[in-house]
Amino acid sequence: MFFKKSSRETPEKKAGLFERMKKALGATKESLVGRIEAVLGSVPAIDEGALEELEGTLLGADLGVRVTDRVMGAVRAAHKKGEIPSPDAARGVIRNQLLEILEVPELGGVEGSGTRPEVWMVVGVNGTGKTTTVGKLASRLTGEGRRILICAADTFRPAAIEQLAVWAERSGSELIRSRIGGDPSAVLHDALSAAEARATDLVLVDTAGRLHTKSNLMMELDKMRRVAGRKVPGAPHEVLLVVDATTGQNGLVQAREFTRATGVTGLIVTKLDGTAKGGILFGICEELGIPVRFIGIGEALEDLLEFSPESFVDSLFR
Amino acid sequence: MLDGLANKLQKILRNLSGQGRVSERHVEETAREIRNALLDADVHFKLAKEFVERVKQRALGQEVIQSLTPGQQVIRVVRDELVELLGGEQAGLSFSRQPPSVFLMVGLQGSGKTTSSAKLARWLSKNNHTPLLVSVDVYRPAAVEQLRVLCAAHRLGWFDDPGDQDPVSRAEKGLRHARNGGYDVLIIDTAGRLHIDDEMMLELDRIRKATSPVEVLLVADAMTGQDAVRSAREFHEKMGLTGVILTKMDGDARGGAALSIKSVTGQSIKFVGTGENVDALEPFFPDRLAGRILGMGDVLSLIEKAEDAVDREQAEAMAEKIRKDEFTLEDFRDQLRQIRKMGPLEQILGMLPNMGPLRGLGQMKVDEKELIHIEAIIDSMTRTERRNHQILNGARKKRIARGSGRPVSEINQLLKQYVETRKMMRSLSRGIMPRLMKGMKFPR
Repeated sequence: MFFKKSSRETPEKKAGLFERMKKALGATKESLVGRIEAVLGSVPAIDEGALEELEGTLLGADLGVRVTDRVMGAVRAAHKKGEIPSPDAARGVIRNQLLEILEVPELGGVEGSGTRPEVWMVVGVNGTGKTTTVGKLASRLTGEGRRILICAADTFRPAAIEQLAVWAERSGSELIRSRIGGDPSAVLHDALSAAEARATDLVLVDTAGRLHTKSNLMMELDKMRRVAGRKVPGAPHEVLLVVDATTGQNGLVQAREFTRATGVTGLIVTKLDGTAKGGILFGICEELGIPVRFIGIGEALEDLLEFSPESFVDSLFR
Repeated sequence: MLDGLANKLQKILRNLSGQGRVSERHVEETAREIRNALLDADVHFKLAKEFVERVKQRALGQEVIQSLTPGQQVIRVVRDELVELLGGEQAGLSFSRQPPSVFLMVGLQGSGKTTSSAKLARWLSKNNHTPLLVSVDVYRPAAVEQLRVLCAAHRLGWFDDPGDQDPVSRAEKGLRHARNGGYDVLIIDTAGRLHIDDEMMLELDRIRKATSPVEVLLVADAMTGQDAVRSAREFHEKMGLTGVILTKMDGDARGGAALSIKSVTGQSIKFVGTGENVDALEPFFPDRLAGRILGMGDVLSLIEKAEDAVDREQAEAMAEKIRKDEFTLEDFRDQLRQIRKMGPLEQILGMLPNMGPLRGLGQMKVDEKELIHIEAIIDSMTRTERRNHQILNGARKKRIARGSGRPVSEINQLLKQYVETRKMMRSLSRGIMPRLMKGMKFPR
């Protein structure tokens, strides 16, 4: 169906979610698919001009040169073989290509692994929405009946801890914090001790935003990983990279570098309620094979949805 | 990236000189490579297309065919065009005749408005202004607190009325406070918002009407992709932007979004954010960004300018090594030899601009003999040692000392210099270069 592993939602709630996602992605849809349709609808048959316009549309959606070349290669090949009698058929080819890119196997694969507490680290460059995402994740997971503890490991940005405290309260989860300027690994250590003592199911670690070019800060993340692993076997079970949907081709570099430093197991794409298409996620999935786990579609507590390739691509194509 | 665009173009255009005319294929391949470089840098695809058309006309004329290195020539043309598009001249801030001048900071969520507000205030106070900051972000948890902490830490003027949760009235109060308190600039830090959120855009408009800002500054993330065109256009249409602050330029995003923003709004980029520190705000230089968009920093212009003195292929190989951080002691020695070929060292050092990590180098006294000693030391090392200085332990150093006739202390000093040089070169290739290149004079 629309959402993987048919969580714990009733059909009505599911439909509601789908509607919300469609609505939120409306802007995205208008730009990517709306324009693909406009291109395809305006021509009686596929010709070189139409193909070029189609290419422009994909590039304009931040798909990047490489993914665009791949998709257009498939469209052109099909066109040559006469498999695209109508513009509509081109749409099918594009859809399949995009879907193929997004369908990558899970890397974490810890759901139900039984370890307690599970540790999820949330990482990313500055301003992508890590803290907000942690808040929403906490709320989502608490809603599934799990006991959540949030670790405020962003000890750098002024008021980041206060911001997270508000989210912790909203989502009804516990918060372990230190003072600003503290050692993030130390907070993490404390949080994991607390989690063990309180029989918490899952620890969400909010880390400070950092540019992937700052090697000392990337090493700090690696240290946190090690601290987590020493404290809890197999931790961190998930390292989630938060990517802003407005990000362009640098998103790929970010994903590459964060993966190298921290072993990213999943992506969270935020700010999809804007006009940006989040097209960079295709590039990331294609090159690095990292699955997208969640998408952020607004500022409210419930505006974080589980991701599934079909529903994402289909909501683009509906 | 140097190998990216420059080499690709070089390959395509290699056989160009000497041929009577440029073939259609050459033109198309070149155009495509330039286009891809621009797209990789997030320049909007329509802009990239137009741009390439224009460059095609200019670059593939006589000028290029006669050139010995057509690839480099094309790139130079491309870069000149980019600089022109980015605004050529550097643009400053405007102030209203009657203080306080109101600066309104606007932008999408997470673009860096709060940090940039504090940075701008800091920059202003260093330039003899007395800025006051007020946050009207009542939505993001702890946003007001974030600005307060920044202001307190850097002793910047700050206003708040905790009881008031209305952004417009908060802005008005800030303005009154600035006027009464003798501040000459009021910086209003607004909440991040989507350009398609009508309600929030309306709120922004109300703040604008209530405070009549002389600067409406769009804070934009250098990592933004194709959507930059759309968000910048909307913000401009609804708010009448007067300038742009491009943030997170300390990363490795190539910043093509700046070109998009400039072209849809017509407004200049006034500042760039270059770090997390409050002092990391710098005026914008179009030529620096142009090189960066093309993904070659200014290592390329260094090559171009040193071409006369230095073997070309060797220089390119060197740039590649610097980029990959594979600069060995052997390379260090080669460099010294080449520098000596260029003329007396003191003269060369005098050509370097007196800033950044090179500050003071021009005045340095250099003993030419020292260079000979350094060569002797490096010559006394084994090949493995030259390629990996980290294996140099006490015993090895002693052997080298005997071989070169220099004391161990001098070997240690050399190693220290080498490590420093390596560090400096790495940072040069990552973007300090453009600053250094300004005013750098190479002998022709």
